[in-house]
Amino acid sequence: MPLDLTLQILTSGLLLGGLYALLAVGLTLIFGVLRVVNFAHAEFMMLGMFGAYWLWALWGIDPYLSIFIVVPGVFLLGVLTDRLVIQRSIGAPEVTVVFATLGVSIFLQNAALTAWSADIRSVTTPYGSAVVELGSVRISVPMLVSFVVALAFATGLWLFLNRTMFGKAIQAVAQNRDAAALMGIDVGRVYLVTYSVAVAAAGAMGVLIAPLFSVYPRVGLSYIVTVFVIVVLGGLGSVVGAVIAALLVGVIESVVGFLLGTAWAELAYFLVFLAVLVVRPQGLLGRRGAEVYQ
Amino acid sequence: MSLLEIEGLRVSYGDMLALDDVALEVGAEETVTVLGANAAGKTTLLRALSGLVPTQEGSIVFDGEAIDGLPPHDRVERGLVQVPEGRMVFPFLNVEDNLRLGAYGKRAREELEATFDRVLTLFPRLAERRAQLAGSLSGGEQQMLALGRGLMARPRLLMLDEPSLGLAPRLVSEVMERVAAIRADRVTVLIVEQNVAQTLRLADRGYVLENGRLALSGTAEELAASDEVRRAYLGM
Repeated sequence: MPLDLTLQILTSGLLLGGLYALLAVGLTLIFGVLRVVNFAHAEFMMLGMFGAYWLWALWGIDPYLSIFIVVPGVFLLGVLTDRLVIQRSIGAPEVTVVFATLGVSIFLQNAALTAWSADIRSVTTPYGSAVVELGSVRISVPMLVSFVVALAFATGLWLFLNRTMFGKAIQAVAQNRDAAALMGIDVGRVYLVTYSVAVAAAGAMGVLIAPLFSVYPRVGLSYIVTVFVIVVLGGLGSVVGAVIAALLVGVIESVVGFLLGTAWAELAYFLVFLAVLVVRPQGLLGRRGAEVYQ
Repeated sequence: MSLLEIEGLRVSYGDMLALDDVALEVGAEETVTVLGANAAGKTTLLRALSGLVPTQEGSIVFDGEAIDGLPPHDRVERGLVQVPEGRMVFPFLNVEDNLRLGAYGKRAREELEATFDRVLTLFPRLAERRAQLAGSLSGGEQQMLALGRGLMARPRLLMLDEPSLGLAPRLVSEVMERVAAIRADRVTVLIVEQNVAQTLRLADRGYVLENGRLALSGTAEELAASDEVRRAYLGM
């Protein structure tokens, strides 16, 4: 394979991985802190896409502008979901929590279906197919933007978790909820902030990919399985692990997709996933036993 | 007036009654111990006082105000602080972060730096291990960290749940010395311990819990002299 082509394929893979990262970082954070598997995660991305679509379709607001309206909106929806569903199911048996978030997922999909029908819609922007050339490698502008935002978000989140008192309180809650409460940490507030920030990131991803991909109520389904694989591969609860795993899966998908066809791409990263789990059951950067509730 | 006053406290887990009609009080600057066999309800009592388990009946009054129904962090803010059984340090945070998180509440945070220095003076070992992950400390060091973290919250009443559990005899004495130092610092202490002989030497008064009910109470001397306590807890 010529060098140019190799670089092109690797770049596309990394950019795709960046998209996954924005979803995966939030999902892994929710699991690590709340011990909740958020099946509704990709639905918040779907709502972000629809938000961007309607603001563009009705008032011609560009997604890169409407992101400042949509993301706070999704954040508020996260607050509502946390208060109405998530906090009420915490402490209940795991099955209950799973059905609760699955219920939110089904509810949001069908709410979107009822409100906006199953039509496939797209946002067209002047830069939707714009490309920058870096040497011989061609890079899609909207992909590059979402990649940069994803990495900036992950870096910012990491700094927040490790450099601020509230971030350390979040880690404390993840490591021992009761002890955190006994230190005067408001555990409910930590849950609320964590959940809402994580789903807002999913909403941000939705807006960022609106110029690239079509919008429809079930669009989340095509991402959620991949993102779950990424989260487990990176290590449940590990932000850095999620980013690395996201980039890895993106590259595998891109390389195998090119060499063997897209049907093989999914199979390939599942094989890598299984192989990693055999050698490291806690995932790439996960901590052994982190999935056990203290 | 008592700093802590509990009356008619009842806690149950489903059908299982863990505490029934428990009444006790702790005066300011007193050291009070709660004795009892395993599963007598000692840990449940402390968890109920901290708000980690709901109570079905009874009242908890701290510093003249009813606090039942308040979430755990509000009780910490008022100065009712617990060092839980099993130490429960944050294993993947370093010693310094563990201590600083102890002063998370608004009231404690205002004096964080001063308290931090005091705690490190009281526990020099923690100063040496400041940057080490808490999970990598020995059992004794983790207990010191848990005590130090509790002090960071600037407790008015410090509840200690089995601080010597699982420690070697030499370390047990060390922990008890620290508790004595905390006490001498005019902190009110409510201590649950299986190490009855040493605890009774430290405490002013004590209560004995049996199957979730109060069986006995009195001054430390009275308890140490009582046949029941001697037989059941002191092995005499």
